[in-house]
Amino acid sequence: MSTTKMHAIQGVNAALHQAMAEDEKVLVLGEDIADPEGGGITGAAQGLSTKFGDRVRSTPISEQAIVGAAIGAAMAGYKPVAEIMLMNFTTVAMDMIFNHAAKLRFMSGGQTSVPIVIRTLTGAGWQTAGQHADHLEGWFAHAAGIKVVAPSSPADYKGLMLSCIQDPDPCIFIESAGTMFIPSEVDDDQGPIPLGKARIVQEGTDVTLVTWSSQCIRAQMALEGFAEAGVSVELIDLRTISPWDRETVLASAQKTGRVLIAHEAVRDFGPGAEIAATINEELFGKLKAPVRRLGAPKCPVPFAKALEDAYIVQPADMIAAVKGLMS
Amino acid sequence: MAKTPQKNQAAPSGKTAGQDDKGSAPSSDRLHGHTQVTDDAPGKPELYDASEDEMLEFYRQMLLIRRFEEKAGQLYGLGLIGGFCHLYIGQEAVAVGLQSALNGDLDSVITGYRDHGHMLAYGLDPKVIMAELTGRQAGISKGKGGSMHMFSVEHRFYGGHGIVGAQVPLGSGLAFAHKYRGDGGACLAYFGDGAANQGQVYEAFNMAELWKLPIIFAIENNQYAMGTSVNRSSAEDQMFRRGQSFRIPGIQVDGMDVLATRGAAELALEHVRGGNGPIILELKTYRYRGHSMSDPAKYRSREEVQEMREKSDPIERLKAKMIADGHSEDDLKKIDKEIRGIVSDAADFAESSPEPDLDELHTDVLVESY
Repeated sequence: MSTTKMHAIQGVNAALHQAMAEDEKVLVLGEDIADPEGGGITGAAQGLSTKFGDRVRSTPISEQAIVGAAIGAAMAGYKPVAEIMLMNFTTVAMDMIFNHAAKLRFMSGGQTSVPIVIRTLTGAGWQTAGQHADHLEGWFAHAAGIKVVAPSSPADYKGLMLSCIQDPDPCIFIESAGTMFIPSEVDDDQGPIPLGKARIVQEGTDVTLVTWSSQCIRAQMALEGFAEAGVSVELIDLRTISPWDRETVLASAQKTGRVLIAHEAVRDFGPGAEIAATINEELFGKLKAPVRRLGAPKCPVPFAKALEDAYIVQPADMIAAVKGLMS
Repeated sequence: MAKTPQKNQAAPSGKTAGQDDKGSAPSSDRLHGHTQVTDDAPGKPELYDASEDEMLEFYRQMLLIRRFEEKAGQLYGLGLIGGFCHLYIGQEAVAVGLQSALNGDLDSVITGYRDHGHMLAYGLDPKVIMAELTGRQAGISKGKGGSMHMFSVEHRFYGGHGIVGAQVPLGSGLAFAHKYRGDGGACLAYFGDGAANQGQVYEAFNMAELWKLPIIFAIENNQYAMGTSVNRSSAEDQMFRRGQSFRIPGIQVDGMDVLATRGAAELALEHVRGGNGPIILELKTYRYRGHSMSDPAKYRSREEVQEMREKSDPIERLKAKMIADGHSEDDLKKIDKEIRGIVSDAADFAESSPEPDLDELHTDVLVESY
């Protein structure tokens, strides 16, 4: 089987090219997204407008109109993939996403569906400060009616994007800066990867470490440290935050009896709380230690490098937490 | 009032405004001396008749912004400034012309993320601005905001905002406070041609006119909404007309001429201080650099940028006028040297002052604490 070495964004680009070629109902819109404007801020849409013409539109800087138009076209039978350049800008379009995309199927008694994908970039680590770097997956995972996907590997970027486009419901697809710079081989015929299924990155017996997106990358950077500490860590990349793969996580937690959840979002009221609560509900009495969570402090993403480094959960924090679980 | 298609009140050709300008590419010929106003505008602005001292101060301030931004670009390239960094080079005449007309003890200002120039035009210490860019404790926001999120509440400068267009409703609130307090002040709310396509801008327009708020909506039309040209992103690219369905008058001037921007500010301030409600000022300008430091600006030609630099540069245009008025080149060179020293000192300060203490993660999150 032939493979191609690619970055995460090239995985997205490959998925968009494939989906647009396979299904003429797939449309792409977003700020600066057509080729004259560079194919999007990360280049994820490069080549699409040249190849598919008017099905790819650079839009005004109008997030509510971008998402609104995507929803309208979706109700009329299309499959729009909208880029909201950065995740913080989804907050500008929150009414469209939360009150419309997420709810129209339910409120119409199933008469319509809203098969849109909202691609959005985020992630701390680039000193973009409080209005350009938040991980808001918890906001969307809290909403009924939206799926939330946050891959970490190039293959998953491609396969999960293909699934999001095919999915009949609205999907938020989070592209995190922390995942963007580690290329890996992707099968040329990489097809859709099912939503709601986690990936076990490394098997282990002592501690289950649940991560996704950028924190899965940082967890992989900590693997050597876990080994040096003599702890066998089972690393899970959740991949889809809503619906999340309870089966895989609970099976692993039952096996190891110790769970650490690490995410880039603020710890308090973050997605880790939901996962920890579920593990406690299902496995109370079978755990060897209380479930631990690592996340950002309750603080806007700071600008200064030293503060930002301290804000992000680092590999060393995970190693310390894993050791703590064992003692 | 009848809203018939407007006459172009300034273009020598006498063609109907809007139709001929719509979709036109950026060019110096469409800037110089080019003024348009809506029918309901309080008049047509004139070039500001600046005293010798005022001209020198305009020159000084514009040059300070230019050199500061060039230095910021260098420090960014060296990795001393991180994150996004949006330079103001090319647009200096806007902030300097407009803010020089304000009453510094009274009026308020708010803007977007391309905010270094507005801070400098306030006379704020370049050291604390540069130290914010490098993320140091001595920065004006203690290194927590960075390039895009600068504040000086002491000077009634309310940011520095990173979300496109979001500062416009905030500006309405500042203007409401002026009116409610009856202090006679006005708010100057800047935004770009890109932000002009945000829905919240129109909610703010409606409220501001409805309540006759003393606010100048200053649209810095630098002709590119990030990478998409105004013609490819805006159905009505004559931004001064964007308030017409709210009965907000509009004025469009050459934003590369500090005397034109100052002249327009005088007229606009008189209008809003007179209790007549908001006004739109469209300043047609041009940014020489990319949208941010990470933008190679491949969506426009080198020739286009070169033409604007050569024919429309706001600093060179003022300099030429001052020399024609009898200033010696040597005097201006002295200013150049002085500015380079100030900027160099600011950079040294910004590089050498300490980084914030990690405890700063937990301060200023709330007035008290969790």
